[in-house]
Amino acid sequence: MHPVLKLVVQRVALGLLLLLAVSAVIFLGVEALPGDTAQAILGQQATPEALANLREQMGLDQPALTRYFQWLGGVVQGDLGTALTNKADIAQSIGQRLGNTLFLAGCAAAISVPLAILLGLIAARYAGRWPDKLISGVTLTTISLPEFVAAYFVIFLLTQVFPIFQPVAMVFPGMSFWAKLHAVALPVIVLVLVVLAHMMRMTRAAILNVMQSAYIETAELKGLTPMQVVWRHAFPNAIAPVVSVVMLNLAYLVVGVVVVEVVFGYNALGQYLVDHVTKRDVPVVQAVGLIFAAVYIFLNMAADVIAIVANPRLRHPK
Amino acid sequence: MADTLLSFNNLKIEATAYPPGEPPRHVVLVDGVSVSVEKGKVLGLIGESGAGKSTIGLSAMSFGRGGVRLTGGEIVLNGRDIRTASAGALRDLRGREVTYVAQSAAASFNPAKKLMEQVIETSVAHGVMTKAEAEARAVSLFRQLSLPNPETIGNRYPHQVSGGQLQRVMTAMALCPKPDLVIFDEPTTALDVTTQIDVLAAIKRAIHETGVAALYITHDLAVVAQVADDILVLRHGKKVEYGSTDQIINAPKEAYTQALVSVRSIDHAEKPQAAPVLSVQNVTARYKGTSFDVLKNVTVDVAPGQTLAIVGESGSGKSTLARAITGLLPPASGRITFAGRTLSADLAGRTKDDLRELQMIYQMADVAMNPRQTVGTIIGRPLEFYFGLKGAEKEKRIQELLDQIEMGKGYADRYPAELSGGQKQRVCIARALAAKPKLIICDEVTSALDPLVADGILKLLLDLQARENVAYLFITHDLATVKAIADKIAVMFKGQVVRYGQKTDVLTPPFDDYTDLLLSSVPEMKLGWLEDVLTTRKMESAGN
Repeated sequence: MHPVLKLVVQRVALGLLLLLAVSAVIFLGVEALPGDTAQAILGQQATPEALANLREQMGLDQPALTRYFQWLGGVVQGDLGTALTNKADIAQSIGQRLGNTLFLAGCAAAISVPLAILLGLIAARYAGRWPDKLISGVTLTTISLPEFVAAYFVIFLLTQVFPIFQPVAMVFPGMSFWAKLHAVALPVIVLVLVVLAHMMRMTRAAILNVMQSAYIETAELKGLTPMQVVWRHAFPNAIAPVVSVVMLNLAYLVVGVVVVEVVFGYNALGQYLVDHVTKRDVPVVQAVGLIFAAVYIFLNMAADVIAIVANPRLRHPK
Repeated sequence: MADTLLSFNNLKIEATAYPPGEPPRHVVLVDGVSVSVEKGKVLGLIGESGAGKSTIGLSAMSFGRGGVRLTGGEIVLNGRDIRTASAGALRDLRGREVTYVAQSAAASFNPAKKLMEQVIETSVAHGVMTKAEAEARAVSLFRQLSLPNPETIGNRYPHQVSGGQLQRVMTAMALCPKPDLVIFDEPTTALDVTTQIDVLAAIKRAIHETGVAALYITHDLAVVAQVADDILVLRHGKKVEYGSTDQIINAPKEAYTQALVSVRSIDHAEKPQAAPVLSVQNVTARYKGTSFDVLKNVTVDVAPGQTLAIVGESGSGKSTLARAITGLLPPASGRITFAGRTLSADLAGRTKDDLRELQMIYQMADVAMNPRQTVGTIIGRPLEFYFGLKGAEKEKRIQELLDQIEMGKGYADRYPAELSGGQKQRVCIARALAAKPKLIICDEVTSALDPLVADGILKLLLDLQARENVAYLFITHDLATVKAIADKIAVMFKGQVVRYGQKTDVLTPPFDDYTDLLLSSVPEMKLGWLEDVLTTRKMESAGN
C-alpha cells in the first residue's frame, strides 16, 4: 500500500476510535449528573411509584451499559432520540439548525481563511515594516474585542450609521440563497473579525520560519521578486502548521459561536444547545455534544491528512 | 582590459556582530580586496573560515547575507558598478548574468518542488528562454553532467536523489540561464571523497564546455588547484597572495600560503604491534526492528598508547562501530573486551570504571557542550563524577588540564560561545582526558575545522598520547588525517572491514578495489591530478 494511503487510513481509523471514546465520555458525564430524565420530567414533587413507572416505561431501569449501547445503536442509525421538553424528534430539529450553523460558518470561513492567509503572506513579506505592523495591530485589536462588543459595534455601524443591513439575522426555509447571504452578513463580519488574527499570525510565523532556510536564499539569488519568493518557495513549505490552525478556527466557527447567534437572533445549533441545557433536556445535550465532538475530530483529522499529503517526502517515497 | 567580466576594486564589506553579553560590535569582513575575473576564466578563492571568501563570492551578485553590508569600493560587472544598484536592477542580474551553486545542495533545493521546476525557474522568470527551451537545455546539461536518466531525473523531488547528484543538478540549475559568471561556494565540501572526484570532474567539464567564467570558493587548496586558472588567497578578509594556480601551488611567496600548501605533512612513524587494550571480535549489529546488518562481523583491536584509524565514507558504519563499543547500540552477536574484561553489550550493564576509561570526542564540539556552562564547569564535571574532586583540588586539576590543551588561565570562566572552533574542540579533549581514560573514541574530530587548526588538534592529540599513554579509535573519512595519526588502519565499506592492518601495510599496494578507489580519490596538491586519475581509471576499465 502507498505510504500516504496507509497513513490516511490510520488517521481516519484513529478518528473513529476517538469519536467512540468521546461518545462514552459524553454518556458518562450526563449519567454522573444528579437525578435522571424521569426525575426531570416529573419534577421534584413526583411520588416514588410514578418515578419507578416512568423509568420502567423509558427503559431507565436497565443497567447503564445496556442503555449506552441502545443510545449508540440509535445514533449509528441516525436516531438521536426525542426531546423531553417538546417530544420532537431530535434528528429533525438538529438537521435544519445544523444547516444554518454550517451556512454561517461556511460563509465566515470562505472570507476569513483566504483573507487571513493573504494578510499573513503580506505581513511576512514586509516583516517588521509598516504593512506588517498595521496588519498585526488591526487584527490583534479585533481579536481582543469580546464578540458581543464587536457585534454591537458592527450593528451600530451598519444598521444605524449606514443602514445597509438588518440587525436581526432571520433565516427560514424557502429563502433564496442571496436573501440568506444578505441576512447573515452582519454575523459573518463579526466572526471574520474574531478568527482573522489567529490564522494570520500563524501564517506569518510559519512563513518567517521557512524564510530562514537555505533554499530561500537560493530563490533570492535567482533574482525572483520578494512576493514570488514568499508565494512559490516559502508558502508550500508552511502549509502544515497553517492548516492545523485554520482547522481549529473552522471548528470554533461551528461549535463556539453561540454568543454571536444570540446577539443576532440566528437560529442555529449553539442556541439550541444552550436552550436545552437550561431545560435539562438530556437527550438533546447528548446529541448536540456528540455532533460538536464529531466536527472537531473530523476537522483535525482533515488537517492531519492535508499535512500528510502536502509533504513531498511522504507523497513521493524514495 | 576588454575581456574583463568582473572586477572588485578596493572592496570593503562590513557587518555588526552581537556577541552575548556585550554591546554590538562593528566588524570588517572584507578589507580593500581588488581582483578581477576575465571572461571564461576560473578564479579560485581560498582561505580558512572567516577569511571572507563566501562574502566576496556573494558580493559578485551584490548580495549580503544577513546583516552584511557592502560599504565601500566598486564591484564592476560587465562594465557597470553593481554595488549601489537598485533592488530591481539587482533582481535582473541575479540568476541571469550571475548564478550561484551552494555548498549544501540538499538544503538549497526547495523540498516541496520538483527538480526540473527549480532548474528552469530562473531562465523562464527572466525571459531568457521559453519553458520548453529551458527544459531541453536542462536535460542536455543533466547529460553533460553525467547524471543518471537525464530525461526523467527532473521529475524527481530533491529527497529522491543522492547528495552528489543533487550537487550536479544545482550546477545544471546555475548553468541553465546561460550566465556570464557562476559562483561555486564549496560545491564538493559536503561530499564523500569518491563522490567529490566525480562531481569535480563534471563541474570542470561543464565550465569548459559552456565557456562560462567562475568564482570557485573552497578551503581545500588541492581541490581548487584542479579547476582554477588563478588563485586568490585570503585571510581575515584581506588579500594574502594572488597569482596563477601554477605559481601558488608550486612557488608560493607568502608564509601563510606556504603553510597552506604544506599542511598535513605531519610525519608519524607507526608503533610496533602490542597486546590490545580494546578488542572487538566478530561484532554484528542491527537497529531495533530491522533485519539489516549495519555492522557485519567486525574484528579490530587497539593497543595501549596507539591509534586505530577507522576510514570509510558516510554510511560505511564507522560511527555505528563507535556506538556498539560505547554500548549505545548493543551488538546482536560478537564480543568486545576492554582492559582485560568483557564489556557488557548494553550500556546499563557497564560499571563506572568501564564508562570512565572509555571516553568520546565528537565532530561538532559546538553541540557537544552545554552552552550555558563555563569551560571550568564542563571540564570539572567528570572530575566530580568519577573522582569526587571538590573545591581547590578540583580547580587545580582543571587548570592542569587547561595547560595540557595549551589554553591559558582565563579560559575556565569563559562560555563555549566565546571560543573559536579549535578551542572548543580542545575543551572537549580536556573533558575526555579529565576522566583519565584508557581509550578515547574520536569521531571525525577534525572534520569541521580549518586545515591549519585541524593540524594543531592532531599535533595536540599525538602529544597527549605520548604523555598519557591513551589509545585512540580515530574515525575519519579523511585519508590525510589517517596518515598523520594512525598506527593501524581499518577500511570500512557497507558495514564491513574490507582492509585491516598496520598503517604501512594497509597503504602499500596491492590494494583491493575499494581501497584503491578511496586512496586514488583523495585530491593531491598538484596540477593535472584530476585528469591523471580519470585517465588511469578509464584505461583500467578499458583493460577490464
